[in-house]
Amino acid sequence: MKNLSLSTRMILVLTLITIMSGAILAGWDLYTKPKVEYHREQALQAAIADVLPPYDHYDVLNTEQGYLYVGKEKDSTASVGLAFMAIGSGFQGEVRIMVGYDPDKRQLTGIKVLEQIETPGLGTKIVTDPSNKNDPLWWSAQFEGVAVEPEIVVIKNAKPVNDYEIQGITGATISSKAVVRIINDRLDVVQDLINQAGGHK
Amino acid sequence: MAKPVSLKAEFVKGLWNENPVMASLLGLCPTLAVTNAAVNGLAMGLATTFVLLTSTLMISTMRNLVPHQVRIAGYIVIIATFVTVADRFLAAFFPEISATLGPYIPLIVVNCLILGRQEAFSSRNPVGRSLVDSLGMGLGFIMVLIVLGSIREILGSGSIFGVTVLGDWFSPWMVMILPPGAFLTLGILIALVNWINSRRIAA
Repeated sequence: MKNLSLSTRMILVLTLITIMSGAILAGWDLYTKPKVEYHREQALQAAIADVLPPYDHYDVLNTEQGYLYVGKEKDSTASVGLAFMAIGSGFQGEVRIMVGYDPDKRQLTGIKVLEQIETPGLGTKIVTDPSNKNDPLWWSAQFEGVAVEPEIVVIKNAKPVNDYEIQGITGATISSKAVVRIINDRLDVVQDLINQAGGHK
Repeated sequence: MAKPVSLKAEFVKGLWNENPVMASLLGLCPTLAVTNAAVNGLAMGLATTFVLLTSTLMISTMRNLVPHQVRIAGYIVIIATFVTVADRFLAAFFPEISATLGPYIPLIVVNCLILGRQEAFSSRNPVGRSLVDSLGMGLGFIMVLIVLGSIREILGSGSIFGVTVLGDWFSPWMVMILPPGAFLTLGILIALVNWINSRRIAA
């Protein structure tokens, strides 16, 4: 090793290091990948169950606008609603929300924020609000039964009066509005899909 | 390297006298960013220590082989490999912690504490001695992160490791779980450590 030229040694050592690195990562990926995907699948199923009314099973529709999850009754004909992911920017970064929607009643059946990096203690109240000890999930719970027409609106410092209104979070108006905007935008796309298909399946 | 230092001294120095955060002010990004709860501090500390130990093992073993000119490139590839291993481990076995810590686990790769130990110690010392040094530094890092995380969690959320310890009478100090709380707590802790040290010298 010592009698090789410097550049040869540099090439040899770096090649050796990267080969070892590649081998370690490939082996580890083989081992962890099924587990990571299992957790992702579990989280997805739990989220769908959270936002839809009780269902027997759900069908996955792979549309060009992303996946739709249709909750079905036992006989597979009647649907209880459909769930879909809505993704957009919040106050600090991407927010990913699972949304449950009843196209017949034109209202939401529930939402669950899956990923967010909002301000801890303020914007994170879109997920849980520890300062409300009786009902830490009060904010996302408001979306159950909210009307989507003309569109969902955030109101500040007041109780909602109309059925399409959501009460904003004090100190996190931007995060509250961002979630509603992300849901409204995605709803437009999904509603178009439903209209194209001629009513929901 | 002239005078021999006992293995015990190599280990203990990382806990207090040369503590990576308190004395060298290394690895401050994760220290400040993830310590809004004790459990996050513990997870970050453990992940960092794992990366530190495994990188040390490899770099110290190869220390006579790596040409000086490409050592940093080599170290970074090795460190990045083990950071990815730690990241995938958390995602596979502790998905909740993985989701909470988010991008901060991949960012261990730029933690100066790790590269600093390789450059200052592991690349010049035998494997055993380097591992002892890294273990001491890693434990020192975990200790500080847990202390910081606990203080911020108690004052900011009224709980510790997720268990509520302060009753309803306590209204949480929101600032403690926000970034300013990290700077305030770290500043006060470092002042405290320096005060203790100066009293020890005086005594």
